[in-house]
Amino acid sequence: MTKVTIEINGKKYSAEKGESILQVAIRNNIEIPHFCHHEDLSTDANCRTCLVQKEGDDNVMTSCTLKAEEGLKVKTDTPKVKRLRRENMELLLAKYEKNAPLCKAGHFSKTLELMKKYGVKGDKYQRDEVCPLHKMGNAAEFDPSICIACNKCVEICEKIGINFLKLEGKNSRTRVTYNKDPKIDCIYCGQCTAHCPVAAVREQGHIDAVEKVLKDPNKIVIVQTAPSVRASIGEEFGVEIGVDLTEKLATAYRMMGFDHVFDVNMGADITTMVEAQELVERLEKNEDLPMFTSCCPGWVKFLEFYHPELIPHLTTARSPQIHSGGAYKTWWAEREGIDPSKIVVVSTMPCTSKKYEASFDKLKIDGLKPVDYVLTTRELAVMLKDRKIDLPNLKPSKIDKEGTYSGAAAIYGASGGVMESALRTAYFLLTAKELDPIEFRPVRGMEGIKKATVKIGKRKLKLGVVATAKYAREVIYELKSDPTAYDYIEFMACPGGCIGGGGQPIPSTERIVEQRIKGIYKIDHNMKMRCAHENPVVQEFMAYVKRLPEHKKQEILYTSFSQKKKFE
Amino acid sequence: MNILPKIKEADLVGRGGAGFPTYLKWEGIQKVKADKKYVICNASEGELGLFKDFYILQNHADRVFKGLQLAMDFIGTKKAFFNFNGDYYKKLKLQIDELVEEYEERGYQITIFREHPSYIGGEETALLNAIEGKRVEPRLKPPYPSDRGLFGQPTLIHNVETLYNVADVAEDKFEKKRFYCLSFPHKKGEVHHLPANWSIKKILEKTNNIPDFPYFVQIGGSASGLVLNSSQLDKQKMMGAGSIEIYKKSTDPRELLLKWFSFYDQESCGKCTPCREGTFQLRKMVEESKNIPWQKMKPILEVLEETSFCALGKSVPVPVYSFLKNVLKKKL
Repeated sequence: MTKVTIEINGKKYSAEKGESILQVAIRNNIEIPHFCHHEDLSTDANCRTCLVQKEGDDNVMTSCTLKAEEGLKVKTDTPKVKRLRRENMELLLAKYEKNAPLCKAGHFSKTLELMKKYGVKGDKYQRDEVCPLHKMGNAAEFDPSICIACNKCVEICEKIGINFLKLEGKNSRTRVTYNKDPKIDCIYCGQCTAHCPVAAVREQGHIDAVEKVLKDPNKIVIVQTAPSVRASIGEEFGVEIGVDLTEKLATAYRMMGFDHVFDVNMGADITTMVEAQELVERLEKNEDLPMFTSCCPGWVKFLEFYHPELIPHLTTARSPQIHSGGAYKTWWAEREGIDPSKIVVVSTMPCTSKKYEASFDKLKIDGLKPVDYVLTTRELAVMLKDRKIDLPNLKPSKIDKEGTYSGAAAIYGASGGVMESALRTAYFLLTAKELDPIEFRPVRGMEGIKKATVKIGKRKLKLGVVATAKYAREVIYELKSDPTAYDYIEFMACPGGCIGGGGQPIPSTERIVEQRIKGIYKIDHNMKMRCAHENPVVQEFMAYVKRLPEHKKQEILYTSFSQKKKFE
Repeated sequence: MNILPKIKEADLVGRGGAGFPTYLKWEGIQKVKADKKYVICNASEGELGLFKDFYILQNHADRVFKGLQLAMDFIGTKKAFFNFNGDYYKKLKLQIDELVEEYEERGYQITIFREHPSYIGGEETALLNAIEGKRVEPRLKPPYPSDRGLFGQPTLIHNVETLYNVADVAEDKFEKKRFYCLSFPHKKGEVHHLPANWSIKKILEKTNNIPDFPYFVQIGGSASGLVLNSSQLDKQKMMGAGSIEIYKKSTDPRELLLKWFSFYDQESCGKCTPCREGTFQLRKMVEESKNIPWQKMKPILEVLEETSFCALGKSVPVPVYSFLKNVLKKKL
């Protein structure tokens, strides 16, 4: 690759020849407002806001299509650029403030901040009438009234192998809609929401509901943080990608009024225990192998809709947030003498499908949902910004003891993490020894399909780690021709696993996800307790469950699956 | 017979409106190495005031097919697509199907693609998307169709009239003429085949069409074309697509703007911001005000001209500003 030197606003930058000027600017933290550019997706050049002017040229050009060549000099802030950029933003964001739910409810809105910064009023023009809002299960929704037809949601939906979203109509009626094919359904992964530049495709909001319970003196509100959120929330505040903010977040939660700061990671350790035990049993009986993970509700919906015939392969272990939420409403409530109906569990998650999962009636314990509300990382950032909480500069504080977790839980957020955690414990269960080395590197990384084998006792286990529906289809295809190709497979709906989840900060690119992953593994690496079975809180909880009658045990630790219809 | 020097000699240019030299297109695609190449004949003709391609196909379809065959032979392919304005195909089906069959017997595979009548079909990469079953919107260039066009293969795209001319050039019959569509406020439109270098005035005179009422004209498409007053016509030759529309000088400016903006608002493919949203706003603001909101229109016209993705959006200000300057004699 040839290196060239270009100039942006009078300063020299090194670039690869042919690279877009916008990409050079992004890499060097030079702000050029843009909506339809995403470095993992194709260049559409449709928003026409990333304008620049070449030196000595009266014409403006889009920086996403202008290619770097030696000596190129551009300016991002000429009077003409400013005028045309603002006008196109007025056209794109007409009536944004009036129609966007965050703005309507007076919450912090990134898009509105951008508008203010560039002098865009948003009330200059009208919006054409379009089709109504569509809800994707209880997870996400798209809102044609603020859609800017940039096509990013459609492209990411295609890229991950679903093809649910599409653009429809021409002229000013061009807006996002869904595929009417009865054989194609959304899996609620929310990748579309992480790729929408204006929150027209977004999570179904739980902010207002959480605010309400925080004000209710009769409620005991628990917050529990997913493994991935702590390594990505900082991005919303300009913190270096991948820095672990667990303890600053604990302080922030307390400032927000949460009564207890627990952790989904504790739940992840429960899941590992239950799932590893099930794996060991299935291996011993040689039944329903390969076993599939089931902690990703997007993946589960994929299987239940597209391949219900494979449902018996799913582990029946509940997912981390449901395990810990359930633990807090049973074991902890009983120990503390609290009426569980007064407890509200709020999860902060990198995910939209966790909202869908939390809404399942089948997961209720004594008529109560283990998790009441799920906030995405982005929603958590909105709540912090509403309160003007400056997260990076808070004093750290410890999470509450009942949130204690192992390093095995910390890595759940990365693709391969669930597999590695389960292996550490399954190895221990089968051999009474610790896996050595404890870090199982072949299942780490961003590839869509990772394969590895591990020797446990006399048995050689064939492992698969899969991310996104696109690669899940490939592996399922492989299994159809060779059912013994694997013994245990981890499936995640999102690229890179939960850390690249649909609820994560925007932008979420492969480059950024890789850096977040490094952060997650660092947490594990620096911990003394690396395995779920070493977690004293989990041990106490499991001892509690052991004393319960069998049906109660089932209710708290296990779940079931069934074929799903479109939109179900 | 190598036809390329003849095409160069004849100065053939694309008659879809862009006027790109035909020999350059042919030379370009000849150099590209590929297993498959395609030729596309474009009979989309979605611009207002244009009906010459229909006229040519109605009267000289055989010549167009001859030109299409010459193009296929030249780039060494047997495969072509014929993009038809759906309305045209309905009317011409019998004779066209017969020609397709005739060529098929001689080993040429000409696939008819029936396009929903649209203006964007005139944009050649949007046409490629349409044939491929994708969203009908222009592609980013490069790559140009001559490098990677239909289904990623080098593709030569020509308008109906261009291929008609190719057939004439091959037989040394080309007379440097072009087809002109004439539209009037008081009578049916006409098509004339006349020298390409005649002035607009001369065309109107020789066809006995100088109006006996005060008038102005729009040439090169009745949506995107230039508006001229009656004193500007003796020096002006045809540019863009071959059309002249006569308007009464008493035409209500608001009605005229609404005609243009409604057309664009309807025909915008919806891809880029200025065209998708801007043409809608223009139509709305003219519809909703008694007087023409010139000042409010200005910023939108500017982003259309300066930042539109394709030529469709960029052309919106052309009729508006030329009308303002040449007929209303105003400045913004």
